[in-house]
Amino acid sequence: MNAASTLRILVIDDNRVRVSVIEAGLRDAGYDRVTIIHDVTDIARRIGEIEPDVIIIDLENPNRDMLEHMFQLSRAVKRPIAMFVDRSDTASIEAAVAAGVSAYVVDGLRRERVKPILDMAVSRFRAFSRMERELEEARSELEGRKVIERAKGILMKSRGLSEAEAYALLRKTAMNQNRKIGDIAQSLVTAAGLLGGDL
Amino acid sequence: MPLLDSALLVVAREKGFAEAEGIELRLVREISWANMRDRMAVGHFDVAHMLAPMPIACNLGLTPLAVPTHVPMALGLGGNAVTVSNALWRRMEDAGAKPDLDPALAGRALRAVLRERAKAGDPVTRFAVVHPHSGHGYELRYWLAACGIDPERDVEIVILPPPLMADALGAGHIDGYCAGEPWNSIAVASGVGHIATVKAKIWRLSPEKVLGVAAGWAAENPHALDALLRALYGAAEWCGNPGNRADLAALMAEPDYVDRPAEWLLPALTGDIPTGSGNSVLVPDFLVPHAKGATFPWKSHALWFYSQMVRWGQIPASDQNAAIARETYRPDLYRSALKLLGVALPGANAKVEGALTEATPVGSAGASLVLGPDGFFDGGVFDPGSLEAYIAGQTGRS
Repeated sequence: MNAASTLRILVIDDNRVRVSVIEAGLRDAGYDRVTIIHDVTDIARRIGEIEPDVIIIDLENPNRDMLEHMFQLSRAVKRPIAMFVDRSDTASIEAAVAAGVSAYVVDGLRRERVKPILDMAVSRFRAFSRMERELEEARSELEGRKVIERAKGILMKSRGLSEAEAYALLRKTAMNQNRKIGDIAQSLVTAAGLLGGDL
Repeated sequence: MPLLDSALLVVAREKGFAEAEGIELRLVREISWANMRDRMAVGHFDVAHMLAPMPIACNLGLTPLAVPTHVPMALGLGGNAVTVSNALWRRMEDAGAKPDLDPALAGRALRAVLRERAKAGDPVTRFAVVHPHSGHGYELRYWLAACGIDPERDVEIVILPPPLMADALGAGHIDGYCAGEPWNSIAVASGVGHIATVKAKIWRLSPEKVLGVAAGWAAENPHALDALLRALYGAAEWCGNPGNRADLAALMAEPDYVDRPAEWLLPALTGDIPTGSGNSVLVPDFLVPHAKGATFPWKSHALWFYSQMVRWGQIPASDQNAAIARETYRPDLYRSALKLLGVALPGANAKVEGALTEATPVGSAGASLVLGPDGFFDGGVFDPGSLEAYIAGQTGRS
């Protein structure tokens, strides 16, 4: 039996897409006793039921202070200790903080068993943020292109330019003003809207 | 953190005080105190807006992943309040509470309500504070205990981030909370709570937030630290000028900072506090950014917090622990950075807290310095020279 599979892991995160990415990563790595919590309401009772060995929480979660405090109180979990992997293991701590993930180890779990879990969570968080960034870039690029098309149309209609000339004018203005071509296009579209008419 | 008492840091950057001292101050808004501490530990932050007891807890090893932290400056005094739900306030009023923010009266009424609730077998009344090692936690417990309420047994105290307090109160998850502004005024403005009392009436001129500085960074960058302290001193003077209040409220209301409407920030700045009962109470020294030595890191403040950590079982009393708490606050760094400015610098490092019944000029280098009146609402006095006796005389957890 895979030793990893005996570990109970609780992931607290209200971002369902991200959490499913992390969960998949943990399962791929052989951790199949993974519980996901989206909402921290009544979390003390849930932790008491689940008795996790490791809790992974996202740094964006404003309830981190609450969770730490709960571990110190030792009500929800038996003999709990709140740790961030290991005080001495600064490299993995730094990697986790940089990636936006925080891990709590509940009770006397050895570092060599926690490290791969945290490494997995860190790499999955990174993968998720990259995915999100790419999505955002694709979206804004698409938006930008639409605005440029509209701006070109306005210039073609109002100044009688060809499409190539309209684009060249936008580009030249952007360069002269040291601004992005999309910003120039947006200003033009806004101005045209304010001036009215179907420019 | 999205709190009004981050104003000194914000103003130091936005009003050019940092720039004038030749430093670039980059501000990052964080979502939890634990994040702030962890990111300081891994070197993402050099200095931070911190709860006054937090660096002491770091140095005492009470909190995970902490680095040695100095407090070379305080970021003002006061600024918190205790807000209760409408339902709890109605019962407190029936038991004699008045909308005058008087802690003794409100505490007595609360005690009566808690007794009735216990007799009726109702669920335990739940208060929230922002962190286990916070001024909020200690002043709430001090207030409750002084009013004959055992904070360990008669109520439950949980941790919640300040921006979630009003919602949790409105949803009935908690019955009250102690938090910094604007998170009390917001509960009143949105009709979910009443302010029962305020920090400035529980302990007038009491410490709240400080500048936490990573000791390693301070050792390597002494000149940058000096420049930062001078910039923050300038910012404190600016914030303390009543003529700048509207400007300050507008600045702090911005999305990068507190991200709430400016009118909700004004009560704390003027000290004219709407209680939720249709009246408002003018609270002297509600939030003090500059006057009365408000930025001086008094060792007596550090030792009082330590006495409360002992009181509530967070740390055993020992000479060594007391020394760690005392050495966390660094008036020497404050003086050496500010001496060239010719501003008022207290001659002492510690004072007897609660000794001044009226405004009193005290010995200082440079310009004159007026302190007080200060003091605890129950008449308590904290003499840091009699720390052991104070600790021995505290009623702690039973």
